[in-house]
Amino acid sequence: MASCAASQTSFLLQRSASSSYAPASSSLFLAARSSSPLPSLHLSSASTASFPLRAAEGRKGECGSMACAASSTELVVEKPVETREQPVITKEEGLMLFEDMVLGRSFEDMCAQMYYRGKMFGFVHLYNGQEAVSTGFIKYLKEGDYVCSTYRDHVHALSKGVSARAVMSELFGKATGVCRGQGGSMHMFSKEHGLLGGFAFIGEGIPVALGAAFKTKYEKEVLKNDKADAVTVAFFGDGTCNNGQFFECLNMAALWKLPIIFVVENNLWAIGMSHYRSTSDPEIWKKGPAFGMPGVHVDGMDVLKVREVALESIARARRGEGPTLVECETYRFRGHSLADPDELRKPAEKAHYAARDPIVALKNYLLEHKLADEAELKSIQKKIDDLVEDAVDFADASPLPPRSQLLENVFADPKGFGIGPDGKYRCEDPSFTAGTAQV
Amino acid sequence: MGLSSIAYDLGSGLNGPMSISHLSSPRQQLAFSAKSCTGSRACITVRAADGNSGSMRAPPSTVRASKLVTNAVAVKSETASIAATKSGHELLLFEALREGLEEEMERDPRVCVLGEDVGHYGGSYKVTKGLAEKFGDLRVLDTPIAENSFTGMAVGAAMTGLRPIVEGMNMGFLLLAYNQISNNCGMLHYTSGGQFTIPVVIRGPGGVGRQLGAEHSQRLESYFQSVPGLQMVACSTPYNAKGLMKAAIRSENPVILCEHVLLYNLKERIPDEEYVCCLERAELVRPGKDVTILTYSRMRHHVLQAAKSLINKGYDPEIIDIISLKPFDLHTIGNSIKKTHKVLIVEECMRTGGIGASLRASIMDNFWDYLDAPIMCLSSQDVPTPYAGTLEEATVVQPPQIVKAIKQLCG
Repeated sequence: MASCAASQTSFLLQRSASSSYAPASSSLFLAARSSSPLPSLHLSSASTASFPLRAAEGRKGECGSMACAASSTELVVEKPVETREQPVITKEEGLMLFEDMVLGRSFEDMCAQMYYRGKMFGFVHLYNGQEAVSTGFIKYLKEGDYVCSTYRDHVHALSKGVSARAVMSELFGKATGVCRGQGGSMHMFSKEHGLLGGFAFIGEGIPVALGAAFKTKYEKEVLKNDKADAVTVAFFGDGTCNNGQFFECLNMAALWKLPIIFVVENNLWAIGMSHYRSTSDPEIWKKGPAFGMPGVHVDGMDVLKVREVALESIARARRGEGPTLVECETYRFRGHSLADPDELRKPAEKAHYAARDPIVALKNYLLEHKLADEAELKSIQKKIDDLVEDAVDFADASPLPPRSQLLENVFADPKGFGIGPDGKYRCEDPSFTAGTAQV
Repeated sequence: MGLSSIAYDLGSGLNGPMSISHLSSPRQQLAFSAKSCTGSRACITVRAADGNSGSMRAPPSTVRASKLVTNAVAVKSETASIAATKSGHELLLFEALREGLEEEMERDPRVCVLGEDVGHYGGSYKVTKGLAEKFGDLRVLDTPIAENSFTGMAVGAAMTGLRPIVEGMNMGFLLLAYNQISNNCGMLHYTSGGQFTIPVVIRGPGGVGRQLGAEHSQRLESYFQSVPGLQMVACSTPYNAKGLMKAAIRSENPVILCEHVLLYNLKERIPDEEYVCCLERAELVRPGKDVTILTYSRMRHHVLQAAKSLINKGYDPEIIDIISLKPFDLHTIGNSIKKTHKVLIVEECMRTGGIGASLRASIMDNFWDYLDAPIMCLSSQDVPTPYAGTLEEATVVQPPQIVKAIKQLCG
């Protein structure tokens, strides 16, 4: 794929070279990254036996190649600098990415509206601002690949192919929701689209993702299916990276070379806890090499950069070379959830990242490189607006789950409810169903 | 009365003879019926196993004389003469578990095992011995020490099509996996609206052993019992161990199979032909009419030992091994209560919030009108299991307490 590294990075130079809100060492790191003439992706091969992290620190000023402290012979060779007019993506691809991000943004905005109008309840965590990460990774998976997410999962579901109608219905708690109304905002699952959840507790989805990756390896080596090459992507946040499950899974993934990509959506805040106040070493990508896998840091506000990292790490996993840890520097424009007053984050920080809005960035890129014109982009926006409206109408019109649905799906095999006197299930026994479970 | 106290040993030896004088399945009743229990006090003393690791050496002097059937060989010939089909084979409980596991792994290539030391080491209680050599390192996976994560990994693998069995080296270690067991194992079928099934089996030894200390002597059945979406069974004999293992693996539900550290060396003759137990049915160990004794796991054997004394004194207890801890087999239990009108629950779980407490509530809800007396429940004390032998013995229910309770209940 033709790359226009120079133009790409220089485009971003305007945006990200301004100060970031990280401590001094990190800002140096970020500045070095964006001023680098090399693409932002530097993955070493899996031979990471000698991983001198100190050498990585020493290299900080040299170039943006800080992904892992591998020997320089294994770094990606600098690609030839192309002319400014050559974009890294085709028009179709650009429009596809644009549409997906706009869908994510519009959907989440509508969620906020619906929440304040009393159509959905509980904890709703919106993804505004982080669209580049979801789009950049998920759009490059193929059918049969798996995605595992957290409670901030609406947009992951949409990117993976779950219909907006199904997601909105689920949020409204209707029977036509993707989980029949039983999951809610934080538990989006889709067997058809390979979405493994939707988890409320941070970190608990990572082992599940690991299991899906294990299944790929098992299918290949035990069940002897050569075509088994499904890749699993696990999304989680900066707060999760201090949790035991994260480290345990990094270990097992690297140990068994499982086809999994750990994508850290580092938006610097875990509700009200700043990443820098809770983490001894805030550079999460560094923790990959400690376990024997490449660690990559990428600008998560730029879908093209994320795309590049995604393509490489997905290909790596599919080739059987094992896991990758990708840290995406990103930001959520809204609070942690719709119940969060979001008082702790400084306005200047928010403004800094608002200026790096991934949708605006891609839009400008498409316009600059003449991949699309305003009319086309507007029509996409309109199309998405209609789609989201339709999703709301559908959800509104959908029925609520009937009471008889309460005991369904508790067990895959209803014998788990016990067998009654005549061989029928105990849930038909009046003593069991009397009370609130009136089924 | 009867044999000397049933002594169980963990690993490589048995202190005394092991009695399986309460064999319950039909083919075993051929050798031993309720009648013979009251009349001749025939017991089947298990002889020392030949050439098994962890074998038992039964000093013959402790065996009672006269009407007792004193060796297993005699039993074998007895059953052989009566049984129309094959006479079965003898094995220890851990071998029965392994046999069930192996048969299921041969039958379905998606069945795999994961846990600490299950592969090359063969399992710390040898349940998976030889399986890694046979099926490979990926099907019998040695995991790092990360219970929460590898249990979650089993859940993810089950969601995407495999049928994993998670071995907790000790049930207590599964406390570390509680997040995954409760949140994911139990819930995901429901929160996904039925899209994903989690056909996982989580098994491991629990219960009070021989001075293993508090943390290795936990009874976690009640901790998991509340989790919606989980099924739970407890095995107590080689026969039901193998049958329940197979049933649990074949079930589409997540099942917790509770084993007991001291029962692994129980010996029994089981059928050669394939059989699968029912996960939701209790086992009628001994029919009777005076009182219903509900028990499970190791306490079954304590109850049976107490029963010898009780039968001598003229009581006629109906003994039910509840097997299914969740859901309770209220059908079998109810039928028994309708007959006897008195209930004693004997369990190893703690008094507070234990399986017995939950069972008591269920019985009262459903069978209040049939009860002539309050339900009695003998449970372990609410203490962390002490190391000292005398104190440990006092923590769990012992046969004399059971005898006393029945006398109190029945008059």
